[in-house]
Amino acid sequence: MSMNLLRLFSGRKATAPVARERLQILLAHERGLRGQPDLLATLREEILAVVSKHIQLDPDKVTVKLDRGPAVSTLEVDIEVPNNFEKTKAHAERRAGAA
Amino acid sequence: MANVLVVTSGKGGVGKTTSTAALGAALAQAGEKVVVIDFDVGLRNLDLVMGAERRVVFDLINVVQGVAKLQQALIRDKRLENLWLLPASQTRDKDALTDEGVGRVIEELRTKFDWILCDSPAGIERGAMLAMRYADQAVIVTNPEVSSVRDSDRIIGMLDSKTVKAEQGERVIKHILITRFDPARAARGEMLSIDDILEILATPLLGIIPESQDVLRASNVGSPVTLNNVASAPARAYTDAVRRLMGETVDMVVPTERRGLMNRLLGRRAA
Repeated sequence: MSMNLLRLFSGRKATAPVARERLQILLAHERGLRGQPDLLATLREEILAVVSKHIQLDPDKVTVKLDRGPAVSTLEVDIEVPNNFEKTKAHAERRAGAA
Repeated sequence: MANVLVVTSGKGGVGKTTSTAALGAALAQAGEKVVVIDFDVGLRNLDLVMGAERRVVFDLINVVQGVAKLQQALIRDKRLENLWLLPASQTRDKDALTDEGVGRVIEELRTKFDWILCDSPAGIERGAMLAMRYADQAVIVTNPEVSSVRDSDRIIGMLDSKTVKAEQGERVIKHILITRFDPARAARGEMLSIDDILEILATPLLGIIPESQDVLRASNVGSPVTLNNVASAPARAYTDAVRRLMGETVDMVVPTERRGLMNRLLGRRAA
């Protein structure tokens, strides 16, 4: 009551409820991840290993991002492939054949 | 029985060192034998806030490494005879703090003191982990602000998993200490309320320290706020918190500044 009255006079919106809600959503998510190995780091490592079998990659040019939405989340994998990709592919195949 | 209490937060600048000094001094005033330990290797400041910066000879790392005896490193407070300080090292050799070495020092302190207050560095690195490692109790210093609350939540998770108590299947007793609280702003909905913070962190409240100019005044002169101005709002809040730590039931109120007549007439806001 008094809070609403004060807000009326100050002409500003209360921001604390926004803070509380953001924290509640964030922490519910972060608490769930606690104690688990870092999912994104694991994904990044394994994707890098699979692609590296065929293409020579710079490990720094592989990014794995997870965007959390209210209903669905998107997993974004961004791999920068060098332009001499065909050569490296042939190289990898030769290597695989030799092995 | 000795109590090992870590003052921690995750986030920096929320008032860990101020709170360690204030709680330590208030406990000593209540007749307890207290040592406050600075775990912030390389960035020590508890000595400065306690006004003992010119009396540091040996430090925690010297004791851990066996270069100095505990008795040589402990600095007795000039105002309270049962308050002692164990300073951090200013060298940058953080790896010199070992789990085993810290454990040994804490064990020795347990035989000599009623309260061992560990002032944790910010962050979740080695120093912070070792500061909480042997704790029986934890005071989690939290500002009414989103990043501080988030970091407190993270620290609570660590207290429940990375401490010796947790590994033994026991629990570290945790308390939230809200600092820099502004009741007027919270009432206007501009600041997270006490209830918001407690609901999110699901941890009992030890005290509410109001935002106050007295805190800076006290650190300027190197005196814990509970000694520098006993009647000030933050000093009363810290003293109430200490009474709760000692098992008393004390009503939870936010102490306010006692404004002088001139301030009232001029309509100045209490800071």
